Amino acid sequence: MAIDVQLEAYEGPLDLLLHLIKKNEVSITDIPISVITEQYLATLELMRNLNLDIAGEYLVMAATLIHIKSRELLPLEEGDEEEDDEGDTRDELIRRLLEYQRFKEAALELESRDMLHRDVFVRLSDNRQEMESGEFERVSLFDLMSAFQRVLERLPEEGVHTITVEKISVQERMNVLLDSLRHSTKLVFQSLFEGAVSKIELITTFLALLELIKIRAIRATQEEQAGPILIELTAPMVEEQEGLVSGETEGGGEHGA
Amino acid sequence: MERSRLKSVVESLLFVSESAVTLERMSGLLEGVERKEILSVVEELRSEYEAQGRGFCLVEVASGFQMRTPKENADWVKSFLRGRAARMSRATLETMAIIAYKQPVTRVEIEQVRGVGIEGVLSTLMERSLVRIIGRKDIPGRPFLYSTTRDFLELFGLNDLTGLPTLKEMEEVSLPQIPENETPAAESEE
Repeated sequence: MAIDVQLEAYEGPLDLLLHLIKKNEVSITDIPISVITEQYLATLELMRNLNLDIAGEYLVMAATLIHIKSRELLPLEEGDEEEDDEGDTRDELIRRLLEYQRFKEAALELESRDMLHRDVFVRLSDNRQEMESGEFERVSLFDLMSAFQRVLERLPEEGVHTITVEKISVQERMNVLLDSLRHSTKLVFQSLFEGAVSKIELITTFLALLELIKIRAIRATQEEQAGPILIELTAPMVEEQEGLVSGETEGGGEHGA
Repeated sequence: MERSRLKSVVESLLFVSESAVTLERMSGLLEGVERKEILSVVEELRSEYEAQGRGFCLVEVASGFQMRTPKENADWVKSFLRGRAARMSRATLETMAIIAYKQPVTRVEIEQVRGVGIEGVLSTLMERSLVRIIGRKDIPGRPFLYSTTRDFLELFGLNDLTGLPTLKEMEEVSLPQIPENETPAAESEE
């Protein structure tokens, strides 16, 4: 049941680093390189486990981080010629992060303006190219993954007694999710994972969620930064989506996948 | 042309136009009418709409004038138009911001800032005519140079590029001093 969810191209390694820097409440110019590197690699690992396609740029950045970190671990000898190299790599990274952040902020400022076709409208003839819609989720993939990580952490240690795990396919889980969303307008992200007993089940649910976001059947939003992530249907069920909901009820799965 | 007649004509032009109507365009059409006159009629329309609390207002944008719905009505209009309301991904916004501030700029230069490939985003932006190629950079490979368009200005309600919000200065950084070569002037150390 391998499902490949393409990692959206817009969230690159710099974005991930800024995210981690913000999360750790440290300053860009004073990055605790070991901590950040560790978390960066852990995120890549999580992405890999989820079969997310990791773009080459992420790996290049991982190499850069490890390079900086390794240089920091080595004792600096006086007159070490490579000293320059280490400083340069680190400074270059800081410079890039700062520059990226500037434009990220500029983008936010642009977005906060009254945007045509969003806040203000003009008369449009019907043949005019429709504005592309549904391109973004208010909640980034990182936010979803962080939230999922917390869900995973809350999972109790597997106890002494054996639980027979019922297998459920991602496809089925997608249907279950759609079904429950039809009955309530909005659901809190965490609540989707309630009742799950195993890691594999949690992961299945998470993949189903990502898949539904990808096909734009549902949308993840957040009213405020760090607020609860809400999941809702993008539109009232249309037949197309209706067709997806073929399974019956929760847990109905001896699907041999 | 009588003033009331002129006002009516100008209003019609603004009404039928999808994109912002420039003063040049109007004065080219309305022979014998002074630009000053046209501007004053436009202003009159603008303040009338505003005073009457109309469902549209006259906005100066992309060096022209455009009828737009007021922001307060956005929700109604949006649900009326349903799927047509625009959403912009962060990738799109960021790429646009970089192009706006750095233009003319090559693709590689944009990618250096974002740290990821932007081919897809760039072609979307070009399809939506928010960005266009304005030439080639005179460096090996002669890469294309990209700039923003009038549609870009309209999208963000900007009159021209000088209206862009000022880019925040890079944080004053106290980068660790790297000895460049062997500069004798290392007095700052003290």
